[in-house]
Amino acid sequence: MERINHPEELAVWKNEILAERIPSKKKIVISSGTCGQASGSLQIIDAVNQELAKKGLKDHVEVKVTGCHGFCQLEPNLIVYPEEIFYKTLQPQDVPQIVEKSILGNEIVSSLVFEDLKTAQKAIKQNDIPFYKKQERLLTENNLKINPTEIEDYIALDGYQALANALFNMTSEAVIAEIETAGLRGRGGGGFPSGRKWEICRKVESNIKYIICNADEGDPGAYMDRSLLEGNPHSVIEGMIIGAYAIGAQEGYIYVRMEYPLAVQHVNLALEQARKFGFLGESILGSEFAFEIHLIEGAGAFVSGEETSLIASIEGRRAFPSQRPPFPAQEGLWGKPTNVNNVETWANVPLILRKGADWYAKIGTRRSKGTKIFSLVGKINNTGLVEVPMGITLREIVYDIGGGIQDNKKFKAIQTGGPSGGCIPAEKLDLPVDYDTLAKAGSIMGSGGMIIMDEDTCMVDVARYFLHFTQEESCGKCVPCRIGTKQLVEILNRITEGNGEEEDLEKMEDLSKTIKTGSLCGLGQTAPNPVLTTLQYFRKEYESHIKSKTCIALVCKGLIAYTIDPDKCVGCLLCLKSCPVDAISGERKEVHVIDQDLCIKCGACLDVCPPKINAVSKVTGRKMARILKNASGKRV
Amino acid sequence: MENILKEFERDQKELIHILHRVQEEFGYVSPPAISAIAKHLKISENEIYSVLTFYKAFSLEPRGKHIVTVCMGTACHVRGAPRLVDDASREMGVDVGQTTPDKHFTLETVNCLGCCAIGPVVVVDGKYHSYVKRMDSIIKEYSEGR
Ligand SMILES: Cc1cc2nc3c(=O)[nH]c(=O)nc-3n(C[C@H](O)[C@H](O)[C@H](O)COP(=O)(O)O)c2cc1C
Ligand code: FES
Repeated sequence: MERINHPEELAVWKNEILAERIPSKKKIVISSGTCGQASGSLQIIDAVNQELAKKGLKDHVEVKVTGCHGFCQLEPNLIVYPEEIFYKTLQPQDVPQIVEKSILGNEIVSSLVFEDLKTAQKAIKQNDIPFYKKQERLLTENNLKINPTEIEDYIALDGYQALANALFNMTSEAVIAEIETAGLRGRGGGGFPSGRKWEICRKVESNIKYIICNADEGDPGAYMDRSLLEGNPHSVIEGMIIGAYAIGAQEGYIYVRMEYPLAVQHVNLALEQARKFGFLGESILGSEFAFEIHLIEGAGAFVSGEETSLIASIEGRRAFPSQRPPFPAQEGLWGKPTNVNNVETWANVPLILRKGADWYAKIGTRRSKGTKIFSLVGKINNTGLVEVPMGITLREIVYDIGGGIQDNKKFKAIQTGGPSGGCIPAEKLDLPVDYDTLAKAGSIMGSGGMIIMDEDTCMVDVARYFLHFTQEESCGKCVPCRIGTKQLVEILNRITEGNGEEEDLEKMEDLSKTIKTGSLCGLGQTAPNPVLTTLQYFRKEYESHIKSKTCIALVCKGLIAYTIDPDKCVGCLLCLKSCPVDAISGERKEVHVIDQDLCIKCGACLDVCPPKINAVSKVTGRKMARILKNASGKRV
Repeated sequence: MENILKEFERDQKELIHILHRVQEEFGYVSPPAISAIAKHLKISENEIYSVLTFYKAFSLEPRGKHIVTVCMGTACHVRGAPRLVDDASREMGVDVGQTTPDKHFTLETVNCLGCCAIGPVVVVDGKYHSYVKRMDSIIKEYSEGR
């Protein structure tokens, strides 16, 4: 195929691609995003290719390597079509069996399909797995069908037709009206209505305008943007071209976090293809519209995800935020009007134009439309990316999709919104997930990270973790954020070390207010949220750290001790050998003892003590005090 | 160095790209490299230092033969990453961000690699290790020739 010079040529191309496909042909789809590759998908791909070659099946079976399918925990996995048999957590040596039974024959290797932990029910097809049942995968479903390095797969799924329609049948105002009617709000955290944002930028008079795709994805624990860029880069690019047409921009930038090398690779390749086929560059699809996109790699700074910092970073400067107004829409990149949107926001644009704003607006709640992709991670049974309609409850996400808490532990909290968000307790699990409800609960929807915490997670430690994070990532430009977060970390450190004082809690609340109101950018303005929400919902945990020197989750090193139960210890030497600081003494078949002065509380002894013996334990509070007292008593 | 600079326009917007290239090529950005970049872009060395030190991607000193990166993102944190960092630090005898005196290991942390589902994650020289429970075996694996 050559450059596409007219929407009709695009339609012809699509039909040609479809005509070459034989629906009955066997197909193996292998998921190979970053999680897949990290779990060994590349070896599975090799094994599949080798086995097919060995059996002389190379020409009879199509092998498609795709991006992430969402259920990352079951990587590496593959699906056999047309039967849609989903094989999970594979080893290369599983492949010959699969080829033998499911490719040459029409059987299922039942030991390799999904089995529900609780009900022991097997699921053959991916969509029969409970994890997928309540999802509405509008953006992520295509990851299954697309080899992200081949533009033809995107074209076959009506790719770039929304763009063709916009360029030839719609004015820029009409495109914006469609996005407004759909009710699309920014997926990068703020939730600002995207159509309105575009309109503001469109109206500013300037012969140069820019658009930016924010793929810095700094929220630790969130990775939906990575999955979209890796698995379906053209959907984001198409969204950007449509946005550029609506706004009147000539140049765009995709700013990708440097921790995502595979996404960078796939986006670069997709940009090249888009140029080659005339979706970028001069006279796009034969129209008068011209637009170009550049990829910029980040350099490892959380604050560069904030839009004004991001702009500074693209200009080759330190990622310092600047005072708004002026907003980027007025004075952005190199002083020109600039529209910044998140990856997932852009990916929604072609979908809306293709299916219509009215269709889109039916999904979700009154003020939050469409779906949102969340990364469901932490102490949950089913971890991965889930795409759900807005308005679904947290409980449905955690229990129906996520399958509940790992190891039958008790749910404690769900953290949303990353370092700007908060921890939501069990009492609030029935809240519907949308921008406004989560904000009312003291957290934010943010970019979509959902970290599940169980009874073994200490909420004071979590608050300390986030404040430590924001303090390190504070760019240092404004005082409330720079000094305030440092003071909060100091107090939290003190509490987790067992030296907290009763006034500390109030002090933290006061400090938090100062930081929130006095900071220059969103980083500081939201940094205290993890402290405030944990204080609100888990105040008792703080109090027990301070008053009774107890960390019930047994996490805070200053408040725990390891001890060996003399009645249970059989003197097997395992813990003694594993101790990195030689703090354990004893002889074979004699009770071992931990020297509390030497112990660094690394937990190695607890790990190696055989479950049958179970002699090592962690203690806190009064029990710990007693052990320390006994230990020092012996020394005297 | 000259060959690298030839690839880039003489505009400040190229600065971060150039630093990435130099870091990739040499493993760090040396003072002579900084002077050369300053000349090429016609900006002050001070400006380059300020950008260089702002971003975590760049280092001013040579790094070790093996780069061990422990993810400290939230998902990995709740699954036990802090202990991995402590253990790695103790085993290597260096703090996070430092390189062992024999230049064999550099210990680094990162705030999420986007594969939280298989955490805690440790990356050594670009290779991902998932569900990591202990650091000693990983360190041993890369200790050859030490
Ligand atoms: C400290 C900070 C970090 C941010 N990081 C990101 C990020 O990683 N990705 C993102 O899309 N937006 C991030 N944002 C939000 C952006 O400033 C901006 O609002 C967003 O990219 C706009 O896109 P949207 O309207 O499509 O959501 C961040 C904001 C702050 C204050
Ligand atoms: S938190 Fe470690 S990979 Fe995301």
